[in-house]
Amino acid sequence: MTETITFRQEVLNLLHASEGNPINFCIQCGTCSGTCPVAGFMDHSPRQIIAMINAGMKEEVMNSNTFWYCASCYHCTVRCPQEINITGLMYAMKRYSIWKGKYKEGLIGPTFSEAFVKMIVRTGRSFEPVLAPSYIFSFNMRGFLQEVQNATELMLKGRLPLLPARIKRLEKFRSVIGRIIPMGGLE
Amino acid sequence: MKEYAYYPGCSLEKMAVSYHLSAVETTGKLGIKLKELEDWSCCGATAYSGIDELLSHTLSARNLAIAEKTGLDFVAPCSACYKNMYFTAVHMRKDADLAEHINFALEEDNLHFSGNVTVRHLIEVYVNEVGLEEIKSKVTRPLEGVRVAPYYGCQIMRPRKDHEDVEQPQFFEELLAAIGAMPINYPLKMRCCGGSLIISSRTAALSMVRNLLQSAVDGQADVIATTCPMCQVNLECYQQQVNQEFGTNFSVPVLYFTQLIGLAFGITPKKLGMGKEFVALAPSLLAAGKANPAHSKP
Repeated sequence: MTETITFRQEVLNLLHASEGNPINFCIQCGTCSGTCPVAGFMDHSPRQIIAMINAGMKEEVMNSNTFWYCASCYHCTVRCPQEINITGLMYAMKRYSIWKGKYKEGLIGPTFSEAFVKMIVRTGRSFEPVLAPSYIFSFNMRGFLQEVQNATELMLKGRLPLLPARIKRLEKFRSVIGRIIPMGGLE
Repeated sequence: MKEYAYYPGCSLEKMAVSYHLSAVETTGKLGIKLKELEDWSCCGATAYSGIDELLSHTLSARNLAIAEKTGLDFVAPCSACYKNMYFTAVHMRKDADLAEHINFALEEDNLHFSGNVTVRHLIEVYVNEVGLEEIKSKVTRPLEGVRVAPYYGCQIMRPRKDHEDVEQPQFFEELLAAIGAMPINYPLKMRCCGGSLIISSRTAALSMVRNLLQSAVDGQADVIATTCPMCQVNLECYQQQVNQEFGTNFSVPVLYFTQLIGLAFGITPKKLGMGKEFVALAPSLLAAGKANPAHSKP
């Protein structure tokens, strides 16, 4: 007989290796939501998303923009009276949603993160211009033009690299990565 | 001459080249050599952890392993690089299984990280390693009357490492006072600039940047000082977009703390990478040492 694991248990397992207390320690005090500088733009505040995970509301959680809007500033984490690593939870939810291939439509975060990792696997260092196509077409016309204007100004000021930097031992670097994750999905 | 294993990070190669130049110039005056880490690779920024946690630690560990070979302390000028390296080192020291797995991967590049590297942010080198008295003694043109907003941002302080004060630290203010500037007190000094949300959640990030700029302007800042290339780009290069989106009229220069130290040390603005700003610097600031007329009288 197969044992079904609840959504809450799955999330608890994701956090097994990280720091802090498990999310069922949450007392719903709302310190995280009151602290979070992005809460006003999230579908659900950090406090709500924790309550929803604990209540097993998988569909609603997976369709929420909350964890993709986390800026990773750790302000909630240093203030949580129950010492839950809330930022760690947001990262874990990002990974879970990438792993399941399930996230709210229209978000830039997932494609941007994947494009970033692929870029690093290719050259070993960041090179901003190759990232642009992963997000710029999702902007509205005004945002698009503003971004182009910014890039132009950066270039004129000599602040935009024109050629990608490459590390010297790139092949070895890629072999290192190959021992961690299958490279197939990252090419 | 004390040496550090210097990890510039991707931004300092171009986008934040003025941070790199001013770091090298000012540490040079303090008898410190920033020795660039051989064949360093990206720290993963905030993106890897959203994809694969183990990969993220492994890529940080590669750099730590290269630094360990030099026997020098590791120093990163970027807050995100610093946070990633610091916590990868912590996790690998604490978790033998994790360390074993990562070192197995690093073998492919003939590397091994045993955990014997001290990871520091660049500002720590000035504040704790060199010390404020020594810095004061090198000041030839104190930044008298220049009102500076010390912007800590997130990742030099958070997550908490030990029991340090992460709510109201004062070391940045003390550093600015040591070079003769007037650090202002403003409520959002520890607030996030939005980081990579500027790309992935633009509306949210622009609003965060707006709040920060407003807070600094309300405190009558002449200039905002940062410790991180991401913060600098968000606060400075996106000021115009903030103005367009919110109908505001911000025009606050945003400099690296190392550039301000450099001015106080009498280093020429050009050597400190000045001239690459989006927001023009007031001549009074560049002629540091002379009192800023706007604020010289109470």
